[in-house]
Amino acid sequence: MSATAARTAPLLRNSYDIAAIRRDFPILATTVRGKPLVFLDSGASAQKPRAVIDTVREVYESGYANIHRGVYHLSQQATERFEAVRGKVARFINAGSSDEIVFTRNATEAVNLVAQSFARPFWKQGDEVVISEMEHHANIVPWQLLAQQIGVKVVVAPIDDRGELILEEFEKRLGARTRLVAITHCSNVLGTLTPAAEIVRLAHARGIPVLLDGAQAVVHEGVDVRALDADFYVFTGHKLYAPSGTGVLYGKTEHLKRMPPYQGGGDMIAHVSFAGTTFRDPPHRFEAGTPAIAEVIGLGAAIDYVEGVGRENVRAWEHELRDYATARLEEIPGLTIYGRARDKAAILSFALDCAHPHDIGTILDDEGVAIRAGHHCAEPLMDRLGVPATARASFAMYSSMEDVDALAAALRKVREMFA
Amino acid sequence: MSDLRDLYQEVILDPGKRPRNFRHPADANRSAKGDNPLCGDKVTIYLKLTDARVIEDVAFEGRGCAISTASASLMTELLKGKTEREANALFGAFHQMCTQDEPAQVEAALEDEFDRLQVLSGVRHYPMRVKCATLAWHTMKAALEGAAEPVRTE
Repeated sequence: MSATAARTAPLLRNSYDIAAIRRDFPILATTVRGKPLVFLDSGASAQKPRAVIDTVREVYESGYANIHRGVYHLSQQATERFEAVRGKVARFINAGSSDEIVFTRNATEAVNLVAQSFARPFWKQGDEVVISEMEHHANIVPWQLLAQQIGVKVVVAPIDDRGELILEEFEKRLGARTRLVAITHCSNVLGTLTPAAEIVRLAHARGIPVLLDGAQAVVHEGVDVRALDADFYVFTGHKLYAPSGTGVLYGKTEHLKRMPPYQGGGDMIAHVSFAGTTFRDPPHRFEAGTPAIAEVIGLGAAIDYVEGVGRENVRAWEHELRDYATARLEEIPGLTIYGRARDKAAILSFALDCAHPHDIGTILDDEGVAIRAGHHCAEPLMDRLGVPATARASFAMYSSMEDVDALAAALRKVREMFA
Repeated sequence: MSDLRDLYQEVILDPGKRPRNFRHPADANRSAKGDNPLCGDKVTIYLKLTDARVIEDVAFEGRGCAISTASASLMTELLKGKTEREANALFGAFHQMCTQDEPAQVEAALEDEFDRLQVLSGVRHYPMRVKCATLAWHTMKAALEGAAEPVRTE
């Protein structure tokens, strides 16, 4: 078994046709400041394969109309294609039913929806939500707003110096007033994959539901929401090679059906009169107004594309990238990698002792290498790490070993200038 | 690479590493804090302003990238002995230099100072970095005006 496993990695490099995949992403053939684009900011937003771009264009060119309204053919066709993506997303994350898939603008809106519709009408002052120290602002600020609105308490579970959630400390924070655990499935800064199944088990043992922020995890690792038994799972399409404006809230039916509407408007109502209005059942109750029609259909194309390459193949490839990039960066003198979790996705935060992350970002940009420099929408985590900012290289299914080499070479140029 | 070489030439890298006037003068009578939340740069500007609105001393503390630190260092060197009006005039010309292609003009008495600021003109080609170069100046202006709230550039 171990002999087989040891052979898998080198074989994969040959079987994963990275050149063909890169040809599917038109932007990778472009240049920046005269140099080939080395795009290592996929964790912020991923590039789009031609299949997605073509699908969106094709919708607008020959299949576009508003959905859930028209009696005419074009509207019916658009409605069918839009709703088919709901089923596709449900299968992709192994939800029990497409009725458990709510389309939002992004993961941020999905968290806000849960805060305002699941929590706000039912929680009382002093009730608690448990988050972690490595949350994205999207899974901090909605709970702080709720704290201002109804006086709930945001309780923070700490991480250790590797960047792993300290499970014993997390468990200690589950108390009589805990109404929800809302925790990232994968840190956008550290790459840490959290032990989601164990988190859910500990919470459920106390009758506490769990929301997982899967914005990164769904891209890098994939998810089976029923195997995890998550109550809510949120992610965004634009990091999953789909158009922006496409977010997903997965919620168990038992929760969704008792949640009031999030926003009011067209498409979410059953009947409207001035005497009173009745609402549609979930998921449509939560989708007021015209959604991102072509973009959601594009999300379907993105899922098809990822599944065409193979989820497991992508995952294995990204793990190779992660290991190779870690090794190459460790060779650079004065470089510190933030995030040493034993279970980690292909996201690398780092700093150089000689240069500020923003200077690194500018000099890398001149080499055509696009990375993120800053606080990554996780200021409390920066405080925990004791740094104002980090540089971050985040990888995707189309990232290559040559991208890693270009990153390492550019970082050496930074050292030449600053050290 | 030439733009980048211009921007990071030694004259920036050196004060970026060993800034001038990096201190908190005990007799400062004006100060302001500035930060750039996007990149985590933080700066505090201290002024000793006379009754005649002359900047007798100017210094700074904080942490930031090479460009923001070099800009703050250079600013403190140039503003010592200047009047409030001259400081504002230099800031106006510097801001135009960082953001626009048309050359900025300053009065004859400030030409030498403005020449020294040209070392930062390369930021014009890196719009995301303009706020790094101007953070100290915005904060200095807030200190002159006695603003109580932290300055933010983003």
